Amino acid sequence: MSTSRRDFARLMGIAAVSGVLPSQGYAAQKKPADFYEVPNFGNARLLHMTDCHGQLNPVYFREPSINLGIGTAYGKAPHVVGHKFLDHFDIVPGSMEAYAFTYLNFEQAAQEYGKVGGFAHLKTLVDRLRTSYGSENTLLLDGGDTWQGSGINYKSRGMDMVRACNLLGVDMMTGHWEFTYHQQEVLHNISQFNGEFLAQNVLITEDALFDGADDYIYDEDSMRVFKPYSIREMGGSRVAIIGQAFPRVKIANPARFVPDWSFDINGEMMQELVDDLRQNQGVDAVVVLSHNGMDVDVAMAQRVTGIDAILGGHTHDGIPAPTQVKNNGHTTLVCNVGSNGKFLGVLDLDIGKGKVNGFSYRLLPVFSELLPANPEMTALIAAERAPYAGWMDEELAVADEVLYRRGNFNGTFDQVICDALRSHYDAQISLSPGFRWGTSVLQGQTITMERVLDQTATTYPETYARDMTGAELKLILEDVADNIFNPEPYLQSGGDMVRLGGLDYRCDPLAAMGSRIDEMRLDNGTVIEANKTYRVAGWATVGARSEGDDIWDVVAQHLRDQQEVKIDKLNTPLLLNVAGNPGYKA
Amino acid sequence: MMNRRSILKAVFTGGLVAGMGVLMPRVALAAWSKAAFEAASQEAAMGALYSADPSASAQVTMKAPDIAENGAVVPVSVKSSLAGVTSIAIFVANNPQPLAAQFNIPEGTMADVSCRIRMGKTSQVTAVVTTASGEFSASKEVKVTIGGCGG
Repeated sequence: MSTSRRDFARLMGIAAVSGVLPSQGYAAQKKPADFYEVPNFGNARLLHMTDCHGQLNPVYFREPSINLGIGTAYGKAPHVVGHKFLDHFDIVPGSMEAYAFTYLNFEQAAQEYGKVGGFAHLKTLVDRLRTSYGSENTLLLDGGDTWQGSGINYKSRGMDMVRACNLLGVDMMTGHWEFTYHQQEVLHNISQFNGEFLAQNVLITEDALFDGADDYIYDEDSMRVFKPYSIREMGGSRVAIIGQAFPRVKIANPARFVPDWSFDINGEMMQELVDDLRQNQGVDAVVVLSHNGMDVDVAMAQRVTGIDAILGGHTHDGIPAPTQVKNNGHTTLVCNVGSNGKFLGVLDLDIGKGKVNGFSYRLLPVFSELLPANPEMTALIAAERAPYAGWMDEELAVADEVLYRRGNFNGTFDQVICDALRSHYDAQISLSPGFRWGTSVLQGQTITMERVLDQTATTYPETYARDMTGAELKLILEDVADNIFNPEPYLQSGGDMVRLGGLDYRCDPLAAMGSRIDEMRLDNGTVIEANKTYRVAGWATVGARSEGDDIWDVVAQHLRDQQEVKIDKLNTPLLLNVAGNPGYKA
Repeated sequence: MMNRRSILKAVFTGGLVAGMGVLMPRVALAAWSKAAFEAASQEAAMGALYSADPSASAQVTMKAPDIAENGAVVPVSVKSSLAGVTSIAIFVANNPQPLAAQFNIPEGTMADVSCRIRMGKTSQVTAVVTTASGEFSASKEVKVTIGGCGG
């Protein structure tokens, strides 16, 4: 169940009376003297970051205007956007928080409130929250998607982020895009990471075990490749943190990079772990550090009993108040903390003997201008960036409008990528993956190679052009749509709809698998026919490696040719059955 | 205690009977049910093997992923606590030839098999266990997808 505005207000009311929660909530705050003053509560503090996608320096990031909730997720967090979001969480329109949490008035608010995130600013905030609470009772947890997303990450194979996270003081992490380096590189990076890499749901394949993988895996009997959990003494209590990596790595990303590892949700194994921790290991609180995606987190909270909090990521939802899920008399808090370094979650727990008595939660936006940069981290970032500065600083073009990606359907930066592909390959249609990472560029700003890499820096950047039939195109759209809009969360994979250049269509997210997509047309209005063949360009192939130029070079050349970038036509579908959906910008 | 790797090695060298069917199905099979394996519908395949429709049973447990990581090799495990299991078969309803595997279980052997099956598209997967008192089944849908895009 999502905490609605009324519930939240009620919760606050009860809390104020019982003294369980300190007075908080954005409406209650008005203009605090110190935005980052967080009162201490309870005996254990969990700081939670996720999905920074390698953004070491402050960035702009526009939140989505379309984030549809289907089935039981309708109108519940995270599937609320814009004013519906503000209403849901009682956030004052036009405030700094409204800028951080929604797309509303993005252009003007970005000018006014500036960039967000950046590890040097985050470091200052983390250190302050640790010191004020007591470092020995504080953990910094990273939900993953940390080693990938920038040009530097690509060149250093994620090692820049390992070094930055060591300096930041990350205690534990789990992963997703981490697994898009080769498995040997993943193991090497983990060996250099000062914290613990946790994942209960990554298993060794039997073939690999037979070939001697028992030399490095965590446990041969459970077949777990990584340590599944870690137990810490915090404020006199025993707290277990279980890692839950992204369960669909080998479906959403190339399986060839991690051939020996198998991923799944493993809900039954999760339940066994939770039961064991509670019954046999004297644990007082169980927390899951998850990369499931928020809908899957909520479903897991409904199906696995005994978890006190799921600190989640993957779907990039910055949610100001926990969703509270009741299951068998136990309540699980589901907290998701956005992306790109924009937010830091602060969960203070009052843990008694074998149970959590109360909590206090704040999701703090990291406003770079409000937090002084930590000099040591500034120096580390400069050193990591220096070898590649010449490459990334190239000025390619000027943005004539805001360029962004995030949203269920096409974003303006994706249209630039799609247009570049079509022009490079003289293709009728282009496809670009619906990744949720990728920073924003404001109108009038220069688009550097670094910003292009923010959108494209994967370890499988090669492009292709090939002939596809209309039937094949429809199959792709249907399959990807089902990964977003299947009403069963365990059958979703996160991510947004594949972006298209040169092709429009109609989409009914509520329809059944195989019948959501119709009315596919080329830009000139010609209807796509199932048996006809079309020239299609794309990139980031998950199966075999493609042979074409790297996508960032294709986009860079297109931008150099354009000089000024304005989107003439945004290829975006006509949507059915979304009127009134709180996850849809009216 | 024997660890998993040494079990695998033992199986590979033929030391454990239970594993034979998994790794060398043709060797272990007592009889090759040609008509069933070549049937183009699940109904026809089951009709060739069984005299009556199998009934769903909680004593048959099948493990298969909700979403296949690779449709070409989908891991499926079937076990049963029913007494006197003589055979275990796995059907993929939407495959061109739905009967994917049939294991003969010799007397005194644990009814616990696993194998990898090939799936062309999303389908119901059904395990059928044969005992002296008839056929019992467990079933679930396994999704095969080209994949979405990572978050």
